[in-house]
Amino acid sequence: MSPAAKLPRWAEFGLLPAVNLLAALLLSGAIIRLIGESPWAALRLMADGAFGSQEAIGYTLFYATSFIFTGLGVAVAYHAGLFNIGAEGQAYIGGLGTGLVCLALGHWPFWAVLPLAVLAGAAGGAAWAFLPAWLQARRGSHIVITTIMFNFIASALMTWLLVNVLIRPGQQSPESREFAPNAFMPGLHTLLGRIGIPFAATPLNLAFLLALAASVLVWLFVWRTRWGYALRVAGINPAAARYAGIRPERVTIGAMLLSGALAGSLGLNELMGSQHRILLDFPGGAGFVGIAVALMGRNHPVGILLASVLFGALVQGGSQLSFDMPHVNRDMVVVIQGLVILFCGALENVFRTPLAALLGRGKPEGSNR
Amino acid sequence: MSFSRFSLAFLAGLAAAAAGVANEFSPAIVYDFGGKFDRSFNQSASEGAQKFKADTGIAYREFEITNAAQREQIMAQLARRGATIIVAVGFTQASAVEKVARQFPEVKFTIIDAVVDLPNVQSINFREQESSFLCGMAAALASKTGKIGFVGGMDIPLIRKFALGYVEGARHVNPTVEVFQNMTGTTPTAWGDPTKGGELARSQFGRGADVVFHAAGATGIGVMQAAQDAGMLSIGCDSNQDYLHPGSVLTSAVKRVDVAVYKAFSDARSGTWRAGQVALGLAENGVDYSYDEYNRGILTPTMKQRLDQARADIVAGRIKVSEYKP
Repeated sequence: MSPAAKLPRWAEFGLLPAVNLLAALLLSGAIIRLIGESPWAALRLMADGAFGSQEAIGYTLFYATSFIFTGLGVAVAYHAGLFNIGAEGQAYIGGLGTGLVCLALGHWPFWAVLPLAVLAGAAGGAAWAFLPAWLQARRGSHIVITTIMFNFIASALMTWLLVNVLIRPGQQSPESREFAPNAFMPGLHTLLGRIGIPFAATPLNLAFLLALAASVLVWLFVWRTRWGYALRVAGINPAAARYAGIRPERVTIGAMLLSGALAGSLGLNELMGSQHRILLDFPGGAGFVGIAVALMGRNHPVGILLASVLFGALVQGGSQLSFDMPHVNRDMVVVIQGLVILFCGALENVFRTPLAALLGRGKPEGSNR
Repeated sequence: MSFSRFSLAFLAGLAAAAAGVANEFSPAIVYDFGGKFDRSFNQSASEGAQKFKADTGIAYREFEITNAAQREQIMAQLARRGATIIVAVGFTQASAVEKVARQFPEVKFTIIDAVVDLPNVQSINFREQESSFLCGMAAALASKTGKIGFVGGMDIPLIRKFALGYVEGARHVNPTVEVFQNMTGTTPTAWGDPTKGGELARSQFGRGADVVFHAAGATGIGVMQAAQDAGMLSIGCDSNQDYLHPGSVLTSAVKRVDVAVYKAFSDARSGTWRAGQVALGLAENGVDYSYDEYNRGILTPTMKQRLDQARADIVAGRIKVSEYKP
């Protein structure tokens, strides 16, 4: 591959993503036009549905919270040169840990349940990432394949547990009983209400702040610690890492454990924060969205945060769009989301060279740098 | 479109929305993950709603769920925008209905396949085991090998309910019948995987089965196709699927979700809607086996006679069909 044109920082992180997003929206608009609805009205509905009211913002950030956790998880593994496709399964099993703590210790005060739930979520996710990591480090089994397989094993395990063990007797739905109220993650509207700021009741909860804290910790870890340095070196060049006294096998396992732990925290938001019970398929694809979020956010916590909010907005705005425009069904919404991923992820370099030329910086592709 | 025209349209839309709130009858329906084109459960519900619209000219709002948090949000939104009755399709909606029904005690809710015990919720449940029992009988009667198959979607209580009734019905005819049971998967994609459904059916044929019953949503399309290709018999589910492969689909375990939805809408409109539990079985024509011009050739009069006899016995309580209880 020829080297990509260089852009100034503001264009790299601001202008280019904006142009990509615009292109995706234009193409989506054309498709909406084709099915006979007004693209303008659709865009307004979507934007309004995602950011137009406190309720809209609450839901957007609630979805974003899940994506931040899984996105951070994917990013940490990526820095170590590992493509973790298993965030979905790790989130599922991590959520199981969180849920079991909430079911068992619901009578404890919240501030005692919270740390245990966080630990159990992280432990569950890490445990689910351990075997693929070990297989990669010691046996060379490719992490992409093993983590995908572990997603299926996780869903098989969870279906069995929910149908046979955890189900509340006498009901059809494979769900556990509801957690005791002490194990509910406080909603952000109650927290804000306590300090006198009124906010609409939404599922947005304390886990959002935990996700922000996790973002800061990931940044500190990856860029400000020795272990983070080792992680990045091993990711870029395992041979050089070994020469420098770093053991890539250990890095592989460590990075995957951390990655799984982050993805496993999704249950804090989905289960403790919103559903208040363990139910079938609660990650709902957030593990896979996490991959898109990490790629789009350039594996940097700030980028992941922004990309998560964008995807949260697409989910929430898309849901409002199909609510108000019956012709735009949920599959159309997936098409729009897919176009955004396509332009911002896979085709991100399409506009790079023309932009660089336009800005008079950098050289066209293929020339000397 | 010019901007002024757009804003005019927008204002007109707002006015229409405002008018909708003013005490008009406004029904709504919320489908589950399968979506309204699953050729099975949700689609049947959608057909009921469409029939109501065709008969009365009253439009309804509908929504297809894509994630768990959405359920509550959408139902609350429907209630706020003046829905008179909201039909929630599928047992996964139970907890959302419970929460939203508490918030909006003046709105009527009907949930299908689950029980929510609140003064403004009607819970409609089907006794699927009864129609499955008859289909199990039909399978055992039609089988020449004494081996029959069952392909489920996911291993969840609802599907075990189908399987249990099916096995009991088959044993009722032939106590030594062998029943192969397979589930398609462990994720919701198991409801929409015809390829895998076909594979499972073929493996059951390979083990000697010659009739296979599916309770697997759109996955069943593959099951029935495989039976047709192999010259075997299949049994459809939820909707009447006899027409899909005439001469190969022995019968269908019909579940009249469409009737339930239609009745909920029209009762709510006429004021005869009542909260509480409604159980629909053979006696109420809520479930049944299908018999029409497509399967007349294979479901022989002697078989039909046995099925109708058993049907009457179940209705009269002379045959007890067990219900799977989680």
